[in-house]
Amino acid sequence: MTTSDDTVSRLHDLAAADSESLSALHGRLEAAAQGEDLLDVAYRTLDTAVGSLLLAATPRGLVRVAFAVQGHDAALEALADRVSPRILQAPRRLDTAAREIEEYLSGIRRSFDLPLDFALSQGFRRTVQQHLPSIGYGRTHSYTQVAQEVGNPKAVRAVGSACATNPLPLVVPCHRVLPASGAVGRYAGGPEAKATLLALERAHAA
Amino acid sequence: MTSPTHTPFEQVVAEHGPTVLRVCRAVLGPGADAEDAWSETFLAAMRAWPDLPVDANVEAWLVTIAHRKAIDVVRAHRRRPVPVDSVPDAPTRHGLPGDHDSDLWAAVRALPDKQRQVIAYHYLAGLPYQQVADIVGGSAAAARRAAADGINRLRRNGIGDDDPHLERSSS
Repeated sequence: MTTSDDTVSRLHDLAAADSESLSALHGRLEAAAQGEDLLDVAYRTLDTAVGSLLLAATPRGLVRVAFAVQGHDAALEALADRVSPRILQAPRRLDTAAREIEEYLSGIRRSFDLPLDFALSQGFRRTVQQHLPSIGYGRTHSYTQVAQEVGNPKAVRAVGSACATNPLPLVVPCHRVLPASGAVGRYAGGPEAKATLLALERAHAA
Repeated sequence: MTSPTHTPFEQVVAEHGPTVLRVCRAVLGPGADAEDAWSETFLAAMRAWPDLPVDANVEAWLVTIAHRKAIDVVRAHRRRPVPVDSVPDAPTRHGLPGDHDSDLWAAVRALPDKQRQVIAYHYLAGLPYQQVADIVGGSAAAARRAAADGINRLRRNGIGDDDPHLERSSS
């Protein structure tokens, strides 16, 4: 004769959620949330030569690119805190961004054609970040030069922190800003990633 | 912002999605109704997520929503009758048609609504009887009795004296 515990454990197994059903239901939730304007932040990850990238977008545009070394979970928590916790892994909104980043990293794209959302930065930092795409592919500027370009020649350190806090590295090319010493300098994705991007652009700039 | 913040909703889906699906299946059966209730539950939860108090019990909150959504699904059927999805036609992942799983599903389906709900919320979602009572109404003691009655009934009707695990592993 079976016991109550057996009955409970069989019921548990019987009603268990298989991963196939769950992933279909997740897809349905993504579509429904998008349809009802509840998908404040959609994200996906993308495996690249510079590591796994987190890509996140609001309905206004790409809002965050984060390298693995920056911590994807930390980046998502910051989005929950500063943009909205209505966040789902919903790759479709990132289709174009992912394709353009792949093209850029394979050397066949020199500039990005994506709507950007600078919700994660403000003030002078945002001004600097919005200026950075004007530094052409394969070129580099010093922090001092960028400070002059944005009309605040004394704000060299502030340009440095604007680059360091760039929420959209790679797409907003803070890697094209170097210390006056000529060294590679610091980078959100690590100095190796910065050197990789600079070498890639040098190779394809001609 | 100084107030403590909510985790990304994706984390809620990952952590609680499987349990909520289990609960919906136990209450509504293994078919499309349970999936509809799951979808409506998480869509409503996503809408309300930023306003949920940060110290709320997320699982109990989700089960409360699922309880209401399951009732909505059943009511929608009553308004606009559709063919009853018969349990033996449901896809099974174990064994053959007419196996012990469909017997147990049939037994679960035959339970009074309240017993089925109480079993799902207590045994599958792990909520204490007081929380179960808050969701289904009545007292914690009544919820405990309903669960015991339901389990006894399943034990008598759903499972015979033979061991289903032996039969399953031999096929």
